This record gives sequence, structure tokens and C-alpha cells, in this order.
Amino acid sequence: MARAAIPGRLSVRRAWRPAVLVDRWAETSSASTLVLEVDDWPGHLAGQHVDVQLTAEDGYQASRSYSLAAPADGDRIEITVQRLPRGEVSPFLVDELAPEAVLEVRGPLGGWFVWRAKDRGPVLLVAGGSGIVPLMAMIRARAGVSRAPFRLLYSVRTPQDRIYAAELHRRAEDDGGLDVAWVHTRTAPAGDPRPPGRLGADDLAGHGWPPDGDATCYVCGPTGFVEAASTLLLAAGHDPGRIRTERFGGA
Amino acid sequence: MDATYDGNILAGPLAEVFTAEITTAVARCRNCGRSSAVAELAVYGPDPGLVARCPGCAEAMLRLVRAPDAIWLDLSGVIAIRLTPSTSG
Repeated sequence: MARAAIPGRLSVRRAWRPAVLVDRWAETSSASTLVLEVDDWPGHLAGQHVDVQLTAEDGYQASRSYSLAAPADGDRIEITVQRLPRGEVSPFLVDELAPEAVLEVRGPLGGWFVWRAKDRGPVLLVAGGSGIVPLMAMIRARAGVSRAPFRLLYSVRTPQDRIYAAELHRRAEDDGGLDVAWVHTRTAPAGDPRPPGRLGADDLAGHGWPPDGDATCYVCGPTGFVEAASTLLLAAGHDPGRIRTERFGGA
Repeated sequence: MDATYDGNILAGPLAEVFTAEITTAVARCRNCGRSSAVAELAVYGPDPGLVARCPGCAEAMLRLVRAPDAIWLDLSGVIAIRLTPSTSG
């Protein structure tokens, strides 16, 4: 079937393009970062995502969306994938996809859940589980480029579930103006004064920004987490117009 | 039942339909009249298709099904969509 050609960058954004797996490492026992090389990658904004498409030998196709985890390095992009126990795509990407294998990506995508270095106001990042990925892209994009004050509240079940733990500890020391606070919902590390439990109003009051300032809040995680966190932010008096959310599947 | 996603996930599938960025577009619900950024819609899917519901009244605003040779886009729950024209081509 003939298709009308669409010139310019738009065609790049909407087309499925080959991506080669050039590196992969484990972040936790269930999450891995994949480095993909995509010819003529146009660059992207922190918070944007790609759609990834797999095609089986019989022609069956499955596609999923994954947040970009870091600024582009030339034609190389990073995604961090959490293995979902009954997932159709994520176990394959984390465990089976062979080095140098080719899959297809479409993007960069999305203009809503993004942070730009020219945005100078304070930022509150609230992450649940692998919802850290697009927020980490913002933290990495900020380093050395922006002095916007960032605060991250990162909720995980146990210390073993922390994605990017070492880098976040390092950046909290080295990146001026970045604060990192942890919320453990099931098991807290020894000596943590905060007992295990879900994200609460006290966590946001203690580690977030005052609601009467000009802070922008980015919340990403499973749907239940995002609903709970945004409800808390609204109840604390944050402007609904300054709360940006991204929800993804999973418990 | 909680939505599995939100309208951010529509960026790729709807890039095949709209030239302008869709997630920042504002859509008005036919049922309750609420205006929402498309990114804020509650989205169920992805299989067999994506259904986007109003975050205010939960009525289905948009349905998108991708067949091998066709895209089915049902906008019957939307009164209007305000898009910012794409300048990048």
C-alpha cells in the first residue's frame, strides 16, 4: 500500500526504526538498563519515552512504552525495564534479548511529562518503584546544566528494590541542589528512623517543597501510587496545574 | 478498576494520526464537559485496544484499535480537541 511521504522530523518521530541492543546491565534483581543504538537519533527531552516493538518469527507483534532513562549519547539511548512476572515483553527484554539483537523503536514521544533545562523553578520528583526512570532522566539532564533545586522522594518496597541507588547516593553528595529521600514501604534499612510504610503527608511535608511556592511536581509510578501521591499533594495545597503525572501498568 | 496507564501512552499510537503533539492537547468530555490534557486521561489497554476515559466522570472519551491494515479511532466521547500546531514539520 502506498503511503504519503511526510517530510521532516515528524516522520522520524512516528516511524518504527531499527534499534540495536549494544549493552545491558542489571540495576536490581528484576530491573535492567538496556542501551540501544538508533541511527540518526534526533535527541530528546528528559521525561520522554519510546515505544518498543518486538516481532516474533510468525509475525506476531507486541509493543510497549518505556521511559528514556538518560540524555542521549549520540545515537545511543537508555531505557530501564522492570521485569513484570506475567509480562509479555519485559521478561524478554530483561532476560532473553541477545546482544546485537535488533528490535524496533518509535520516538522520542510525549510532550507533557517533560522537564526542560530552561525551567528554573524548584522541582519535586516523586517516584514509586520503576517510576524513577523518567525522573532519573531529569536528574541526569540537570547535572552540570541547571541550578534548579531538585528534591526526589523515592518509594520502594525494600532497599534491594532501589534502582540507580549508588548513582543517586553519589549525586545527592555531588550535584549541588539535589536532595534525595527514601520511602520504604515494607522493609527499611537498619537504622532508618522512618518505619516502613506508604508515602504519607509527613514525607511530603518533610522532603517536598512548600505548596505556596512555584514548585513543579512530577509523579511517576504504578497507578495506585500516582493517585495516592497526587491526592496528598493536592491536599497539601499544591496547584493542580503544577502537578504532572505518569502512570504505568503493574501492581 | 484502576486504569493501567494514562494518556502519556497515547503519544506514539496517535502520532500516526495527528501531526501535532497529542499529549499536551486539551480534550473536552462530551459527558461532563470537563477539559483535560490528553496526558491526564485514564487509559486502559493496550490489548485489544486503548480506551481513554475522562478523569472526572470516567466516561470513555477515545478508543483506538490498531489492525494490521487500519487504525480505528473512536472520538465519540469528545466534544473538541485543542491542539497546538506542530512547527517542526
